[in-house]
Amino acid sequence: MIEVKHLTKKYGDFTAVSDLNFSIETGCIYGFLGPNGAGKSTTMNIMTGCLAATEGNVIIEGHDIFEEDMEAKKLIGYLPELPPLYLDSTPNEYLKFVAEAKGVAKADIPAQIDRVVELTGLQDYRKRLIKHLSKGYRQRVGIAQAILGNPSVIILDEPTVGLDPMQIIEIRDLIKKLGEDHTVILSSHILSEVQAVCDTVMIISHGKLVACDKPENLEKLFADANTVELTVEAGVQEAEAVIASVEGITSSSSEADGEGRTRLVLRTELKDEGDDQLCRDLFFAFAKAGKAILQMTSAKASLEDVFIELTTKPEAPAEEKAGSEAAAIADKLAGPAEAKEAHN
Amino acid sequence: MTAIYKHELHSYFNNLSAYVFGAFMLLFAGIYTAVMNVQVGVANFEYSIQAYTFIFIVTVPVITMRIFADERRQRTDQLLYSLPLSMSKIVLGKFFALLTVFAVPVLVMCIYPLILSAFGNVNMLSAYATILAFFLLGAALLSIGMFISSLTESLAVAAGVTFVAMLLNYFLSNIADYLPRTAYASFIGFMLLIVLLAFVIRQLTKNTFVALIVAVVGEAALLMLYNVKKPLFTGLLPDLVTKLSLYEAFQKIPGGMFDIASIVYMLSVTVFFVFLTVQTLEKRRWS
Repeated sequence: MIEVKHLTKKYGDFTAVSDLNFSIETGCIYGFLGPNGAGKSTTMNIMTGCLAATEGNVIIEGHDIFEEDMEAKKLIGYLPELPPLYLDSTPNEYLKFVAEAKGVAKADIPAQIDRVVELTGLQDYRKRLIKHLSKGYRQRVGIAQAILGNPSVIILDEPTVGLDPMQIIEIRDLIKKLGEDHTVILSSHILSEVQAVCDTVMIISHGKLVACDKPENLEKLFADANTVELTVEAGVQEAEAVIASVEGITSSSSEADGEGRTRLVLRTELKDEGDDQLCRDLFFAFAKAGKAILQMTSAKASLEDVFIELTTKPEAPAEEKAGSEAAAIADKLAGPAEAKEAHN
Repeated sequence: MTAIYKHELHSYFNNLSAYVFGAFMLLFAGIYTAVMNVQVGVANFEYSIQAYTFIFIVTVPVITMRIFADERRQRTDQLLYSLPLSMSKIVLGKFFALLTVFAVPVLVMCIYPLILSAFGNVNMLSAYATILAFFLLGAALLSIGMFISSLTESLAVAAGVTFVAMLLNYFLSNIADYLPRTAYASFIGFMLLIVLLAFVIRQLTKNTFVALIVAVVGEAALLMLYNVKKPLFTGLLPDLVTKLSLYEAFQKIPGGMFDIASIVYMLSVTVFFVFLTVQTLEKRRWS
């Protein structure tokens, strides 16, 4: 269990993190999501004791990271944004050094190193110099270093940046595996990654926590912004006339593409049966009018929309306590969502 | 601490810098011994050492530039910060590894008086006391180099600044000779030093008020002292500058006097700069 209370970090006049509050339960994978410069790395650096906070506390399983830093640091494995590797040593030597520095009992060191090497798939690279390893393998050495000594909390700062798609999948699987018996906190600005890996997403913007919930819950909050995009073989006016006869459309926009086709973007309120009903209605309406639908896609609001919505509004919802109910967030989000609709 | 020590030592020997450093030290020790003791025929090994201390101007910057600057450049300092090790343990581990690398050529040098004793009457006590003082002088200078390395992330800057610091230290007593010895000159010199001190305080604490108080109180006290005890100021600044020189402290020992004050001074400088290094690295977490 990690508690972050009123965490503030100022660099001179610039506030990187402002009054951040959240708590992290044991045994889940948490994702820190935020645009560049949102304060993700700063928060992680403070949580791991690499940086001091201007104000506030970080308590790791009862140990304050500033007061009892030795005890707290023993519980944390940290992979910073750039893996901190000694390029002139081999993974074996490097991991041995980290294990010793973490105070792993001498007799356990070889077994521990074998375990993390196997977990990270470094078996064939143990005796190569780190400077000759590719970026993906360096990242693995960095992760291996973080999980040495079996810390209960593993903090990974952008673990998949700069890796190729295959490596990204492998690292994600590794993180999921780690999540089985560790608390994992990872940061990312890639939404699909957080969606794929994390149990809980925390969205940070301008140094503040703007949302904290399960990915699917966050999507539901924005489900009222469901959209259907379609291309029909009809003029703009003909198409709009057909749409006017369909129920449940809250807003629409249309444009002609010059070849006798019209592209439409429709928005609807979510009904219980979802937006399938709208698609069905649209299909029959256009069929009745004798106009062909060439393409139709219905899109739920993705985490991406949530993310953009939350992070592009600096004055938007203030910090939100972790684990709070979805309804509370929904209330707060009602403002921006309406604004978006009005804009359309 | 042992983990850091072992790792540092391993990397010194792994990237050959320990060998290059040792070879360079021994090459010049050999040349000086060959010229002073063998060719000229002086039996005092301490004179060779005394003449040879200039070697630190070159070797200290080269061996100390990486010690912390490289950690920062490679971002491995983040690993050190996140490990459950206190900053003083990290600094001491690194410093002891540095001392070990330096101890290797010094230990080899310990054989030289024995070799020389086969050909003449070597004053063993004086020779070994000088070797000990040489080691302590080196330790003090290495701690200065380490401190400078902790201030920057550029190896070139660390090496350059350390080189200048070593040069300044070596020539400090010569520079002191050029300073005017009148009481008035010392007074002006101290006035400037107090302003400099206030400026440094202002830079470090970002607190103009405290810096101003230090400056005003300091200058007032200085003015009072100058008016009351003017003779005290005669030659004070040059003498103080000479006293500060580590080389000046070292010089007394090859001269045949095992000066405890000098030994204590060299040790205190070492401790002081190790302490400053710890503080610099601690401070970086707070900035």
